[in-house]
Amino acid sequence: MRELNRERDYSQMTSMSFKGMDIISVSDLTKDQIEEILNLANKMIPYAKGEKTTKALEGKILANLFFEPSTRTRLSFESAMIRLGGSNIGITDQQNSSVAKGETLADTIRTVECYADAIVLRHPKEGAARLAAKFSEKPVINCGDGPGQHPTQTLVDLFTMRREQGSMKDKNVVLVGDLKYGRTVHSLVEALALFGANLTFVAPDILQIPQESVKILEKAGVSTNLESNLENAIADADVLYVTRIQKERFPDQSEYEKVAGSYKVDNTVLREAKKSLTIMHPLPRVDEIAPEVDYTENAKYFKQTFNAVPIRMAILSLIIGGQV
Amino acid sequence: MRDFRVTPIRNGTVIDHIECGQALKVLHIMGVGEVRSTISVLMHVPSKDGGWKDVVKVEDRELDPREVDKISLLAPNATINIIRDFNVAEKYKVKMPEVVKGIVKCDNPNCITNVQREPVDTEFIVESKSPVVLRCLYCDRIQGDFTERLI
Repeated sequence: MRELNRERDYSQMTSMSFKGMDIISVSDLTKDQIEEILNLANKMIPYAKGEKTTKALEGKILANLFFEPSTRTRLSFESAMIRLGGSNIGITDQQNSSVAKGETLADTIRTVECYADAIVLRHPKEGAARLAAKFSEKPVINCGDGPGQHPTQTLVDLFTMRREQGSMKDKNVVLVGDLKYGRTVHSLVEALALFGANLTFVAPDILQIPQESVKILEKAGVSTNLESNLENAIADADVLYVTRIQKERFPDQSEYEKVAGSYKVDNTVLREAKKSLTIMHPLPRVDEIAPEVDYTENAKYFKQTFNAVPIRMAILSLIIGGQV
Repeated sequence: MRDFRVTPIRNGTVIDHIECGQALKVLHIMGVGEVRSTISVLMHVPSKDGGWKDVVKVEDRELDPREVDKISLLAPNATINIIRDFNVAEKYKVKMPEVVKGIVKCDNPNCITNVQREPVDTEFIVESKSPVVLRCLYCDRIQGDFTERLI
């Protein structure tokens, strides 16, 4: 995590400043810009549900380049583009593209930008989106570069928290699971710090949030708490953000099973939770949230999945330039 | 007794005020195997400020800006003296750039800049100058010891 420093004066910024902008890392966005995206996403909800229609991006094309598997990110971007009246093209299997012939990412991007108005990219290599942005005149949206950044997921998460909890100031957010390697966690934590949330990190020692990140958060005045017991942390939580513990991080399978079991969220663990608790998960889940939790009022992870559409509609309309 | 134990050079470059122990790395940057002139290295010699320093003298050779940038990473306080006809024709302190471009390889094997054939130079933001801390502009990774990864 880098130093949190976004104290510049952004009062002059308008939505015009988004047009043509790359969305590579959440740290490229100011607090005001994040607010603008969240506010616009709110207006997009009836369009995302199909209750209203718009042709804001009619005639515009989005290129979806997925060099790694994706369900929610790809489909929600495609859905968002269609809901805005635009069209999608894309690569979902690199074996069926010139990448299989050894084409560089730089050349692929320079080709695709000839056919589209914006590019969405998921790639296994860290920094791939930054490289793509360098070679593309058209805006590039990073949808995950290996274990690196996934900024639009962070915006989806923030949007969900805001819809469920209102302002995040002084709210207690408990993050549980793989806090060391989890792609979504670091940028979410960085963004939550901007909005004044208190953060508790629940993880086994080997997957706990890096000390360096905690120091940066504390320096920025964020209240942080490291906890290894899930039940202790849940009592005061307003938001419980669960991530998958990745099996491949454990050299010993039995060690994984022991750890994964102790961080499983089920109705028993939730006995002491606040009634208003919001449970989130970026999905896919394996067994870190028991299916019985799905039927509680607290489970918001499928709402979170829906929220991806209005957020991505907001981003696309801002960077491609269409008024809804 | 004179301060220096080697004779002045007619033409070339004197890199002075190198941090103790860094002289051999500075030589490595200059591609010592390809130099066809005399090189003198002084290690752990007294400095006027009461400390110790290394000094490298290379005859008949002037540094290019890329080499100066590399030296600035290893020896941020070094002084470059360009010698012409026994006189100091130019003298300047190295200045570490804000962005280090194309002279260090990223230590993250999964970084896109380590993919062969991608036509891109590495770029690092200098997060701190003392000690030198570099962050890859592409993968965001804070770099470990980069002195072995100078390109």
